[in-house]
Amino acid sequence: MKQDKIIGAILLLVALSAISGLGLITVFIFREGVPIILRLGARQFFLSTDWEPSLGKFGILSMIGGSLAVTVGAAAIGVVFSLGLAIVLTQFSPPGLSAALKPLIELLAGIPSVVYGFVGVVTLVPLIRHTLGGPGLSVLAASIVLGIMILPTITSIAIDALQAVSPTYLEGSIALGATRWQTVTMVILRAARSGIVAAVILGMGRAIGETMAVIMVAGNALEVPHSLLDPVRTLTSNIALEMGYASGAHRQALFATGVTLFVIITLLNIAALGFSRRRPARSRVG
Amino acid sequence: MQLPKISVQGFNASFNGKPAVKNLDLEIFAQERLAIIGPASSGKTTFLRSLNRLNDLERGFSHSGDILRDGKNIYDPDIDVAELRRKVGMVYAVPVPLPWSIYDNLVYGLRLAGIRDRATLDNRIEVALRYAFLWDEVKDRLQEPANVLSGGQQQRLCIARVLVLEPDVLVLDEPCSGLDPISTAKIEDALVALKESHSIVLVTNNTKQAARASDRTAFLLLGDLIEVGPTSQIFTRPTQKRTNDYLVGQFG
Repeated sequence: MKQDKIIGAILLLVALSAISGLGLITVFIFREGVPIILRLGARQFFLSTDWEPSLGKFGILSMIGGSLAVTVGAAAIGVVFSLGLAIVLTQFSPPGLSAALKPLIELLAGIPSVVYGFVGVVTLVPLIRHTLGGPGLSVLAASIVLGIMILPTITSIAIDALQAVSPTYLEGSIALGATRWQTVTMVILRAARSGIVAAVILGMGRAIGETMAVIMVAGNALEVPHSLLDPVRTLTSNIALEMGYASGAHRQALFATGVTLFVIITLLNIAALGFSRRRPARSRVG
Repeated sequence: MQLPKISVQGFNASFNGKPAVKNLDLEIFAQERLAIIGPASSGKTTFLRSLNRLNDLERGFSHSGDILRDGKNIYDPDIDVAELRRKVGMVYAVPVPLPWSIYDNLVYGLRLAGIRDRATLDNRIEVALRYAFLWDEVKDRLQEPANVLSGGQQQRLCIARVLVLEPDVLVLDEPCSGLDPISTAKIEDALVALKESHSIVLVTNNTKQAARASDRTAFLLLGDLIEVGPTSQIFTRPTQKRTNDYLVGQFG
């Protein structure tokens, strides 16, 4: 009995130190980043596209635009393929095939992001340059690479959401004269809706936080993108590219960029949690 | 003698090679309630789910023999299975309203059938709900979620949901197994009214219900049809010893 208590106390200590480490990092980022936002004014920091650290100008609007463009693009591509995969694996494929494919999809999550970036640079970027024009390093390239990278996240959460739908709905619907496909679109997807939305939001959270692959294929130009073929710099790339040599106000501005990312990702995660907890019972007349 | 609504001829069903229904011959007539009784795993539900081809969903299901509906084999390749399932309406042991409003549950099958005219939908819903003795209880709350209804109401909603499709055969798989006696009585009353225009096949584990709520009774045991006849005769003078043993509770 006494031994149990000691082990419990040790485990608690370990858990608390991990959490407090996280807390300390948060405090540190905010302490380093928030003062410069206050000093420049939120308007100057968030709504200006001028980022010239040597002149003391720190406006991150073009990077916010870049991050949003790339994330939305990645979500669009990721959702189509992930949802398709999740539907096929849960509804239409023999159990053996799902059992074989699901671990393969999860394996995709284990590939280092630099590998995705490398493949993107070697194959995707020249392809876009030759067929669609522009520099190739672009929103489009980053969206495609990120779309593939978030595939495992969205797919596995969407699979869980679809599998959580009661199998009695399937039989009930089929017995009323629905085809399998009608049942999937009209009953099962509707019942799994909140879980699928949560999956997409979590995927977006991953996409907006990804750094290495984006640096390699997005072009990193400091401008608000006007087309899919324009190069962009994201919030994450900006930090990674400049942190090595930044000091003083420049360094603080990079921490402030980190604070911005932190807040965006936290909001996305809260939204995802909210959706995944919502009970999908009620509906309106369609 | 009138022609049977459904004629089952030498029908076998098996799952992964394991037979569930063996060489079944059975006729179901219009305007009758046929009860199917028998102990667990006697093939009652398998037989029922063969009538609307719901077993097609199961992996490893295979069958042989014919099930003729109005003289046409329902397993013919040119059969529209969705249409068959609309006309052979199925009610489950556990009510499974879809996670929508009462109204959406009722119109779902009609929408699938391509019927969208509001007046037709509303009219069919009212008729079906009256048949199921549910109209007075839900007419003012059709937009409420179906899962706020009581178990008995949900089961009657599931019956109404099938009736809006104007089926000619109703197959019910232990529809009262989870219900209280009052709800059970309501459903049995509904079946009396419904048999005027439908053939009804009622699978039940409750032999008293079979005695009360059917015109003929079939006794299945381990996939074999042991005996079928008028309910009054089966329950008073069964010709087979095994039927008698089951009815007096010697096994099952």
